[in-house]
Amino acid sequence: MRLVLEKRAERSRRMTVLSPVIAIALTLITGAIVFTFMGLDPLEALYVYFLDPVKYFWTRNPDDFWSLEQLAVKAAPLALIGAGLSVSYLANVWNIGAEGQLTAGAVAGGAIPVFFPEWQSPLTLVAMLLMGAAGGMAWSAIPAFLKNRFNASEILTSLMLVYVVQLILDWLVRGPWRDPAGHNFPQTVPFTGWQTLPVFGDSTIHLGVLFAVVAAIALAFLMGSTLKGFEIRVLGTAPRAGRFAGFSREGAVWFCFLLSGGLAGLAGIGEVMNTVGQLQPSISPGYGFTAIIVAFLGRLNPVGALVAAVVLAISYLGGEAAQVTLGVSDKIARVFQGILLFYILACDTLILYRVKLLSRATVELRA
Amino acid sequence: MNELLSVILTIITASTPLLLAAIGELVVERSGVLNLGVEGMMAIGAVCGFGAALATGSPLIGVVAAIAAGAALSMLFGFMTLILVSNQVATGLALTLLGLGLAGLVGEGYVGQPGVKLGKIDLPVLTDIPFIGPIVFGEDILVYAALALMLAVAYVLFRTKMGLIIRAVGDSHQSAHALGYGVVPVRYACVVFGGGCAGLAGGYLSLAYTPQWIENMTAGRGWISLALVVFGSWLPWRVAIGAYLFGTVMILGFSLQAIGAGIPSQLLSSLPYIVTIVALVVISGNRALTRANTPACLGQPFVPDR
Amino acid sequence: MKKWLALATILAVGMTAGAANAADKLKACWVYVGPVGDGGYTYQHDLGRKAVEKELGDKVETKYLENVAEGPDAERAIERLAREKCKIIFTTSFGFMDATIKVAKKFPKVKFEHATGYKQAPNVATYNARFYEGRYVMGQIAAKMSKSGVAGYIVSFPIPEVVMGINSFMLGAQSVNPNFKVKIVWVNSWYDPGKEADAAKVMFGQGADIMVQHTDSTAALQIAEEQGKLGFGQSSDMIKFAPKAQLSANTDDWDGYYVQEVKKVLDGSWKSGDTWGGMAQGMVVLAPFTNMPDDVKKMAEDSVAKIKSGELLPFKGPITKQDGTVAGEAGKSLSDQDINSMNWYVKGIDDKLPQ
Repeated sequence: MRLVLEKRAERSRRMTVLSPVIAIALTLITGAIVFTFMGLDPLEALYVYFLDPVKYFWTRNPDDFWSLEQLAVKAAPLALIGAGLSVSYLANVWNIGAEGQLTAGAVAGGAIPVFFPEWQSPLTLVAMLLMGAAGGMAWSAIPAFLKNRFNASEILTSLMLVYVVQLILDWLVRGPWRDPAGHNFPQTVPFTGWQTLPVFGDSTIHLGVLFAVVAAIALAFLMGSTLKGFEIRVLGTAPRAGRFAGFSREGAVWFCFLLSGGLAGLAGIGEVMNTVGQLQPSISPGYGFTAIIVAFLGRLNPVGALVAAVVLAISYLGGEAAQVTLGVSDKIARVFQGILLFYILACDTLILYRVKLLSRATVELRA
Repeated sequence: MNELLSVILTIITASTPLLLAAIGELVVERSGVLNLGVEGMMAIGAVCGFGAALATGSPLIGVVAAIAAGAALSMLFGFMTLILVSNQVATGLALTLLGLGLAGLVGEGYVGQPGVKLGKIDLPVLTDIPFIGPIVFGEDILVYAALALMLAVAYVLFRTKMGLIIRAVGDSHQSAHALGYGVVPVRYACVVFGGGCAGLAGGYLSLAYTPQWIENMTAGRGWISLALVVFGSWLPWRVAIGAYLFGTVMILGFSLQAIGAGIPSQLLSSLPYIVTIVALVVISGNRALTRANTPACLGQPFVPDR
Repeated sequence: MKKWLALATILAVGMTAGAANAADKLKACWVYVGPVGDGGYTYQHDLGRKAVEKELGDKVETKYLENVAEGPDAERAIERLAREKCKIIFTTSFGFMDATIKVAKKFPKVKFEHATGYKQAPNVATYNARFYEGRYVMGQIAAKMSKSGVAGYIVSFPIPEVVMGINSFMLGAQSVNPNFKVKIVWVNSWYDPGKEADAAKVMFGQGADIMVQHTDSTAALQIAEEQGKLGFGQSSDMIKFAPKAQLSANTDDWDGYYVQEVKKVLDGSWKSGDTWGGMAQGMVVLAPFTNMPDDVKKMAEDSVAKIKSGELLPFKGPITKQDGTVAGEAGKSLSDQDINSMNWYVKGIDDKLPQ
């Protein structure tokens, strides 16, 4: 017996829909086996893991709405960064340092309340968001420049810059930007009023969630219906053809980095303006890295990234719920998440390829 | 003199795990595969090596277990990316997640237990030579293994037919396939070799560097190894220089602090990364050199057509 | 209004259904910043949680969330526990402070306890241990035991907690040897065994012969053992890792405190407040004094007794700062407020405090 792949002439539409379903089914089966071995009721465990975060949809219990809010808040930065990275990766521009651009955005935007703690007007909000995006763009401009000017691998420069900017943030909040009233703990003044993102009603869903949705739709439009989108696609899939068509590779590198960096910066300032509420040494639990997975799970489609962000957010929240209600350790949550990703990636193969199991006889016959 | 000696010895220990993992990844990338899961494979190697050594009392069995664990995890990666042609970047990242999680799970019972240390060798007379002795003849065997591995990889890649095939597969899988070489088996073998090296690097952490297991003890060293491969423009001896340079910058940062130089520690901590970026720029700026050594098919999927 | 009605009905139904269980057991919950397997800070807190389970048996049920990042996830994690009907929630890292306060406002009936912070509320108490007391004695031992008169000190991040530890250690050392020197390396991490080992090697190489650390792993102590030098354990007793090198260890013992606080919730006597306990309260415990001659051991034991009785105050004024200014009144200890926001070094330390 042998596993053989056969390339399909075009993407299989049926499989595009089916593959995530198969992946989830496989994860559920594996999960059930794992949980049974750990002495848990597999159905209950799977319920907690995947359905608990979204149970409001059928319980309609206002108490359960909280989880949905949290889901939106958790998914927003992932979707925002993932959408930008999708475009970037489609163009074969490998920005791995979104985490750093996120931090840079938070630092740049957070500078406003640090230096003008009294400034309270709607303009403050706008200025902070703009500075956030600009900060992310500025940080992403470094690998873009190094790539274009010196041909330095953007994968590594962008990654190294993550550590550098995190240390800069660390230095700032422990030193010059420290809150004088904060007992010398490493944090800036707390952000208040217009220095924080407005929320919808009395929920915790903030403006950043809206940004994520808008960005996903806008980028989907950009990629689907504009010349720029076409250019990026061509440069990504057939660089030679792109060059003949007169598309600039350098231009695409700049565009992709500034776009994905700007969105990461926006996500960063959004986090410090809402969930964190001030600058401190750690402002993100690795959103910039997780967003890479989000981009791929979403098949490098901005709207797909939005969906993928929600799936990942569910697995995070489900992992937390499992820790609390089942007493399962955080490690299991992570292993489980890894397995889910593996299945989704494996099943993606079905879209582009036909998988055949050939018996030895057929293999020989074909040869 | 004593101080210099201790600094050099410290640098060697700090650089060895980076070198081990980077040399493995270099072979993987030379064959055209990008495995970003080094950190995860290191973690699993560290915990399995620690556990095996603890169970048997033999650090050497620990070393073997570490290699096996890293290799086993890389087989999963190989299956995903080579057989099912899933995206290498995403699969590598997922492997990191899985590896770190699994390692934490396996290691739950090992926290707070003293490990079995892989001792330094002690040759009569030779190790006692002042200054030179401890550096050249008084390391643990994995330090020598790392250097030997580097030389062996350099020899095999550039002086043997096997190396030629590996490089051919990495540079143009279509031509290699047309010439009758099995692209997938070659790549699979390289991936497993890289996994074994990453596992060994992890084992070095939990057996020789700091004989203990705690979660996240790899602390980003897998990522640095990945950077070192590009830093060394896919040439083994340059990767070795990179690893030692990185270790040197890091240790010198500590030395400066301990002297009381008053430089912000964050600046010193970020120096290795900045140095890597600068070196990357200098090396990549030389286009002829990079083009000659970058595996042209790096990260590209290959499906043999029939 | 409708919403609330629905909520009330569901709560009522839920409560009758779960009454049997809920009435019996009190849910006590913990939020940890690191993995329970860090072998240091979080590990010690989790031992405290286990002590509660053991001590109070079937009266309580404990839950925890580990690896909760100080940032976006903190508030959600805490609120999740509150929603899971935890009656008392311990948030064990400084970075959880504002999140704890926020969630506490939403759940006035739940009791919260935040470690190492300074913000309280009617249902939020704060607690911390006077680790610096242990470090004073460690300084004295180091000054007695060191041949070179130089200790190496590995530190994580410049927060007041760490800075007061360095100062207390130095004051202790100076009380024995006024010319004692200390080398300081910031590794910018709470635990990275590799870096800690490297820092230790570097400082031993520069002439230090005793290692102190304010990072969590056992690495530095293992290096001391290997090189035949001496050192101190941190957070937990690390004698297993360095039987010949460990002089003592500054351990956090949360067991008693946690048991006491959960008991108070059980009998309804819990009140908000600020607990800053030290050796006298059993929250800071020095591991047995080992690898030292009897006279040093005697001195250390005396100091511990004096600290417990309040006769010895590590931060007794006047204290000369590094810049020559003087802090504190003669004969009186610095105020807790001053200690808790310490961002200066005492005279004699060569390092420059990151500002």
